[in-house]
Amino acid sequence: MRKFKEFIIEKLILLSGLTSIFFVVLIFLFLLKEGLSVFQIVTPCDFLFGKSWYPISEPAQLGILPLMMGSLIITLGATIISVPIGVACAVYIAEVAPSRIKEILKAGIELLAAIPSVVLGFIGMMTLVPWIKNVFHLPTGLTALSGSVMLAFMAMPTIVSIAEDALYSVPKSYKEGALALGATHWQTIYRIIVPAASSGILAAVMLGIGRVIGETMAVMMITGNAAVIPTSILQPVRTLTATIAAEMGEAVVGSEHYFALFAIGIVLFIISFIINVTSDLFLHRERK
Amino acid sequence: MISSLGKQKIAFFFLFLANLLVIVPVGLILLIIIQKGLPAMTWQFITDIPRQGMRTGGIFPAIIGTIYLVAGSILFALPIGLLAAIYLSEYAKDNVLTRMIKLAIVNLAGVPSVVYGLFGLVLFVSFCKFGASILAGSLTLGIMILPIIITTSREALESVPAMFREVSLSLGASKWQTIRHIVLPNAIPGIITGTILGIGRAAGETAPILFTVAAFYLPRLPKSIFDQAMALPYHLYVISTQVPNVEEKVRYGTALVLLILVLFVNLVAIVIRSQFRKKKKW
Repeated sequence: MRKFKEFIIEKLILLSGLTSIFFVVLIFLFLLKEGLSVFQIVTPCDFLFGKSWYPISEPAQLGILPLMMGSLIITLGATIISVPIGVACAVYIAEVAPSRIKEILKAGIELLAAIPSVVLGFIGMMTLVPWIKNVFHLPTGLTALSGSVMLAFMAMPTIVSIAEDALYSVPKSYKEGALALGATHWQTIYRIIVPAASSGILAAVMLGIGRVIGETMAVMMITGNAAVIPTSILQPVRTLTATIAAEMGEAVVGSEHYFALFAIGIVLFIISFIINVTSDLFLHRERK
Repeated sequence: MISSLGKQKIAFFFLFLANLLVIVPVGLILLIIIQKGLPAMTWQFITDIPRQGMRTGGIFPAIIGTIYLVAGSILFALPIGLLAAIYLSEYAKDNVLTRMIKLAIVNLAGVPSVVYGLFGLVLFVSFCKFGASILAGSLTLGIMILPIIITTSREALESVPAMFREVSLSLGASKWQTIRHIVLPNAIPGIITGTILGIGRAAGETAPILFTVAAFYLPRLPKSIFDQAMALPYHLYVISTQVPNVEEKVRYGTALVLLILVLFVNLVAIVIRSQFRKKKKW
């Protein structure tokens, strides 16, 4: 009887172990099931590179290029801002900060990671957006720049914590060797430690980018949501994620608009899949 | 020509500056929300239903909705996540399957939250015919926090020294008995920490509940798990972007309640973790 009970439990454990694979496959299959129908209406090429997104006009125009450009410009902006600052934070925390300050900084960054994105979006709307409007004398502060700044901020905890781990995992002997040869602490950091941790830092940057591309609420609240191809960072843009969040509520189930939103979901899923798999490869190289 | 120590000083100064650029805004955000939200914090605000198109009254249904959703998602994710963690730490061999499971967890953690919303909509709301309901929303959030629970629980289980297991097995206990009576009890604080972090995440997420449960305006409490519900994060989104002329203090007040809820939950996790580290016997 006890043997039997244990047998059942161990099978249950194995089954639960497999659930993550099951869910990833399930998510992808269901997205495909709903999303692929859109390609009966538009060709994949027109969908990906079509320049206008008017999903409810007659006939519907379902080109997601403006949305992809929106995501791209915000991601680029956020990456340019967050990578240098994030890596610098990680280096300071891992190598330079006295333990007291280190604890405070780490707690602050954990705090930032815990703040819900809708709260950050709200606060961005109330503070950052009017500020950008005034500084650049714009008709509206809901711009790609506001989104980039806010998302750079939101990507920070991911970048800092993973880069920090990568820096810690550099063998102590490297550092000691460099110091013993007479290098200063700073020379050791940027000539030895950072290069040795580079693949982990790269993974941190990629996961930070993944966070930015996938972020929905804050971006929807502060970028103005205009589905046009942006020509400047001071224009309103609309991202892939915000389009789904803003329009799914109104899309009629089974309409081409509904299918198109799921197809956008497929695009997002594939992007995040590629980012996660490659950054995982980088992290593994790090460990070796 | 600057000496190399001079360069070091300058470099460290800039590194410190980078940290200030992150930490100071975090402090400011908290300060602004607390300062502008506190005037709204009345007993009525916490316990009353929203009135006059959400412009006055309270946020009680949204608080309750969020609590239901969080409870539901944990009920779903904790057993599965814990068993999956046990599998990875105690049973899994170093093979292709294990590698695939780990990759799947990483991917699950990286899927954009709005894509979870789409998935929940088609699987739970339409395919399983739960409709937009607390059940559908909880399951969607549950899958979303699964990777958090698996990863933290696994770390907790793996940090139990191998010696403990060897002693138990050598005394004739079976593998499951060893896990049940030796490994699990020693990993409990870590598992609780992971669960609490999952709670914090589930309480704050908006995109996955947009199409699976959230009601724009529902001035009563949900009656069953097949009922729609209001939720705090969605309510904040609604009153700050969809409803015009909501008083600033009501918006900040809602943000403050959500923030307090999430940060309190995280604080509990941090306290448990540090207590555990102090008491650790090995």
